[in-house]
Parts: sequence; structure tokens; C-alpha cells
Amino acid sequence: MRSSTSEGNYLAPGVSHSVKIVVLGPFAVGKTTFVGAVSEIRPTSTEERMTKAGEIVDTLRGLSDKNTTTVALDFGRLTLTDDIVLYMFGGPGQPRFDYMIDELMQGALGGVVLVDTARITESWDAMGRMEEADLPYVVAVNTFAASPRYSESELRKALDLHPSTPLVECDVREKSSAKSPLIALVSHLLSRPSLEPAS
Amino acid sequence: MTPRGRRRAGMVRPYTPTGGRAAPTRRTLDLATLLIADPDKPLHGLDAHSRRLMQHCLPGVLSLAEVSADLQLPAAVTKVLVSSLVDSSHLVSRDPVPAAQQHDRQLLERIRDALINL
Ligand SMILES: Nc1nc2c(ncn2[C@@H]2O[C@H](COP(=O)(O)OP(=O)(O)OP(=O)(O)O)[C@@H](O)[C@H]2O)c(=O)[nH]1
Ligand SMILES: [Mg+2]
Repeated sequence: MRSSTSEGNYLAPGVSHSVKIVVLGPFAVGKTTFVGAVSEIRPTSTEERMTKAGEIVDTLRGLSDKNTTTVALDFGRLTLTDDIVLYMFGGPGQPRFDYMIDELMQGALGGVVLVDTARITESWDAMGRMEEADLPYVVAVNTFAASPRYSESELRKALDLHPSTPLVECDVREKSSAKSPLIALVSHLLSRPSLEPAS
Repeated sequence: MTPRGRRRAGMVRPYTPTGGRAAPTRRTLDLATLLIADPDKPLHGLDAHSRRLMQHCLPGVLSLAEVSADLQLPAAVTKVLVSSLVDSSHLVSRDPVPAAQQHDRQLLERIRDALINL
């Protein structure tokens, strides 16, 4: 448990708008590492208490602990301009946390799905979640040295990726590399036909 | 348009229905909602948790997620406390830029350029 809880890492005065990006992917694919590499604050986690059925519960109203489980949600922060701050949330991959992920995806700018080429199919679930939520997303292959390398077309085929969905490679441990999925995501949002110039 | 419920290599992704579940949290409060405390509001009369939350927010702007993590309160609890502090005008909340405004090309371009120049 951390002791220095009174230390706030306050945003710069003038920051008035936030945007949210959700990072999903299977167990140990590098979600926390990704969020930490890009974040300007030490990545932190917020705790959700959930029932076994997967509902987020309000612990102020009192409940019996044996029916609940606690799950941590990693997040990081990146101040982008004088007035805009980006928050990144890394969600747990297990289906029993579906309800929490659904809520997390609401109001998001878009998503990043992380893939380890040694276990590609394990990312299908995260891709499906983004699609069900109608959230634009990019797929980022985290290049673990020990994992096999494939060509882009092989990867697209194995992932059954929609042709318009961007696919990027990155090393989630390096900020300069980890920012590439974020750039790809925002470029993807800008390229969508639904994006009309402001009238 | 995003394809929904696509099949991957002949396998069908299991689908979990989410309708009908109780959602105790206010939809308007997001983990990425920014919280701004009103320094002119008296803190007496607030319960201990709410007062601690206000004291934490007074020095500057933070997101609900950060307040939750800093105070080591579960996010659902933080949302309950924050929503009543918003109701009493102790806090002003600013939700993450809504989907409609995300279609604003200029905003997205500023975000992209800032990421590139990082
Ligand atoms: N070699 C190598 N190791 C990595 C890379 N990315 C992450 N790791 C390591 O893989 C492990 C898992 O990374 P995490 O970031 O914790 O993965 P996660 O997706 O948050 O995992 P869960 O939250 O447990 O599902 C850690 O020990 C990381 O240091 C990478 O690009 N290369
Ligand atoms: Mg993690």
C-alpha cells in the first residue's frame, strides 16, 4: 500500500479538456508497460469492486465481501497541449470483467488492442469488444524478442483484421515507439469518412 | 462502418449480453472526468471522506481516476462521493470530450500533432 497519498500530481493550470483511450489485450501482453511508457505520471491503478456476476458495486451502500472481487485498472496520463490531457486506461482481459470494460469504453476516443505474435488468437476477444462497442481502434503488435515475426499481410489474415483498421508494430517499453499506436489511432479517426469538416 | 460480430477464421467469438444489468454509477461521471474544486465552498458539514476528497482537489485539477487512486478509494465509491459534491457545487466536473466533439477535425489534428512532437 502506498503511503504518500496526499501528494497530488496536479494538471497544469489551463488544462480543461480530457480525452480517453482504452488499451485492451490478453494477460501479460504489455498493457501496463504500454501505459507506463507513455504516461507522464507514474502509472497508477484505481480499484473497482465487482460482484461475481461482473457488476461494479457501490461499496458505500454496504455489501458482503465474500461475493465481491477487486480488480485494478491501470491508468496513465499525458498532457498534450495547454488545454488537452489524454488518459490511457489498461483493462483486464478476462471476460468476467466485461461489464467494467464496457463502461470504460464509453466516452473514449478510441482503443488500442495489443497483440503478442506468439498467441495471436488471444487478442480476438479484445478486438471483438472494440467492435461491439463501435469504438475505433488500432492493433499494435508488441514485439517480444522471443515471439515469431510475420509479414503485415500474414498478421492481417491471422487477426482477420478489417482492411481499414491500422496495424502497427511497437516496443511498448519505449516511449518513442509506444506512441506510434496512439498516432495511428488519431490518424485513423481523422481519416474516417464520417468526419465532416466543421461547418 | 465498423463490422460487428465478425467471425475469425471460422471461430465464433463468445458474446456476453450486457443489457439488463444494474448500473449504479452515473453515466455522466467518467474515470477521465476532470474535477475542479470551488475554493469558496465551506467544508464543514461534509462527511470525512468528502472533506478529504475536497482537500485533495483544492490545490489543482485532477481526473476522477487520479483522485480515486490518490485517496485509495474504489472508483465506484469515488463516483458516489463526487456526484454529491457536484450536486452541492463543491466540485465542477468536466467529462471527457464527448464523441460528437471528437468528430471535430481541428481537435483531432491538435492531438495528433502533439503526439508526433512528443
Ligand atoms: N521482452 C519484452 N518483455 C515485455 C515487453 N512488454 C512487456 N514485457 C514484459 O512482459 C510482462 C507483462 O507485461 P505487462 O505490461 O505487465 O502486461 P499486462 O498486459 O499489463 O499484463 P496483465 O495486466 O497481467 O494482463 C512484464 O514482465 C513486462 O516487463 C516487450 O516488449 N518485450
Ligand atoms: Mg497489467
